[in-house]
Amino acid sequence: MIRVILPPHLRGLARVSGEVKLEIEGQATQRSVIDALEASYPMLRGTIRDHVTQQRRPFLRFFACEEDLSHEPPDAPLPDAVASGAEPLLILGAIAGG
Amino acid sequence: MSKLRVLVGTRKGAFILTSDGKREKWDVSGPHFAGWEMYHLKGSPADPNRIYASQTSGWFGQVIQRSDDGGKTWTQPGTPPGERTTPEGMPKGESNKFVYDISTETGKPLTTHQWYDGTQHPWEFKRVWHLEPSLTDPDTVYAGVEDAALFRSKDGGKSWQELSGLRGHGSGPGWQPGAGGMCLHTIVLDPSNPQRMFIAISAAGAFRTDDAGRTWRPINRGLKSQYIPNPEAEVGHCVHRIAMHRSRPSVLFMQKHWDVMRSDNAGDLWQEVSGNLPTDFGFVIDVHAHEPETIYVVPIKSDGEHFPPDGKLRVYRSRSGGNEWEALTKGLPQSDCYVNVLRDAMAVDSLDRCGVYFGTTGGQVYASADAGDTWAPIVRDLPAVLSVEVQALP
Repeated sequence: MIRVILPPHLRGLARVSGEVKLEIEGQATQRSVIDALEASYPMLRGTIRDHVTQQRRPFLRFFACEEDLSHEPPDAPLPDAVASGAEPLLILGAIAGG
Repeated sequence: MSKLRVLVGTRKGAFILTSDGKREKWDVSGPHFAGWEMYHLKGSPADPNRIYASQTSGWFGQVIQRSDDGGKTWTQPGTPPGERTTPEGMPKGESNKFVYDISTETGKPLTTHQWYDGTQHPWEFKRVWHLEPSLTDPDTVYAGVEDAALFRSKDGGKSWQELSGLRGHGSGPGWQPGAGGMCLHTIVLDPSNPQRMFIAISAAGAFRTDDAGRTWRPINRGLKSQYIPNPEAEVGHCVHRIAMHRSRPSVLFMQKHWDVMRSDNAGDLWQEVSGNLPTDFGFVIDVHAHEPETIYVVPIKSDGEHFPPDGKLRVYRSRSGGNEWEALTKGLPQSDCYVNVLRDAMAVDSLDRCGVYFGTTGGQVYASADAGDTWAPIVRDLPAVLSVEVQALP
């Protein structure tokens, strides 16, 4: 079970509060987690990664275990603590524009 | 007794203001989509309880919302909240997807436009500025987007297809972004001819289609813009807004960056009607619901100083289709007022005594129930207002 913390704007859009919990088949990567997130919450498609290129939107960041994973390849394994559910994957908006 | 519904888009959410036909007491609902930029909300003339909304963010991109109950509840078309499946299968979140048409079959798609520095730059979708529902079909709606292009949905906003003949017109490499971006911000549908539509782009100019969006031609003859190398060029003009009275769809009024203009031949030729305005810079322009020669503008000091001249917020009305203007000031601040009124932030209602509404970047929405003679704020302290639309309901 993977735990994901969404930024407030996306929690509102997905109509969830608190963490989102996802079941992932296979290896936990940025791609597999976002795939699972979008499958459960299709209203989030296009808000975290571009609809067409599937690249992370430029002003979003992926943090976990006190590290910025934003520039890791999308198919790189997430830290064990995230894969086991001990730590959440944080998706957050960069502090830009006030 | 009629009911009024004013749809307000702001920098930090949407608000819905309702009143009875007296237009004296207003209920405020909102913020809807708090924290998001709500560029535009507009109801379908064919089904007033169907409202389309453009929800956008520099962080999270574009979201299209739709209400089928007059703004009480909202969904992303095709993606019911909390449901994993729909009658059509798994939701695909397609309603937020605006992809430029690059196929060779449907026109001559362009891949670049002029950038601020004069170099060519690829088209990149940023947001939906304006939503224009069909006059007859609640499921058909047009979207004007940045970077400038026109999209259409025929399934209630679930999916969007570009009308690429506009970008394929051939002048695209000469289009360039204005200060607000290269946006298609105005869509005017001809009520007498479903094949005809007008659009405007900053900074490219006005365009018209006479075949329901398949092909387009620029309609900028008569415009003069000193800020482009050839002031009378075919394209490159920073048109801010176009308005039409539905009884005379060949008569168009335009607020250009500078200059208020008029065309009596569906845009084939424009003439300036700025007349005695204190400044002819501005963003909004609209036409009285029952008097096709009565038009409204809000003069703004200049492109460098986006606030009213002399700190006085004045709507100007012409009852002669331009040239002769009177200042409307009763109820509006006449000192120390330095707000702006953006291009989509004025609307008129269709009650017997035409109501006029506009919103400001200071968060006020002003209403006049007597065609502009007197004004009162409906609300004073909203986030900066991006758009105002009004619906008169039975």
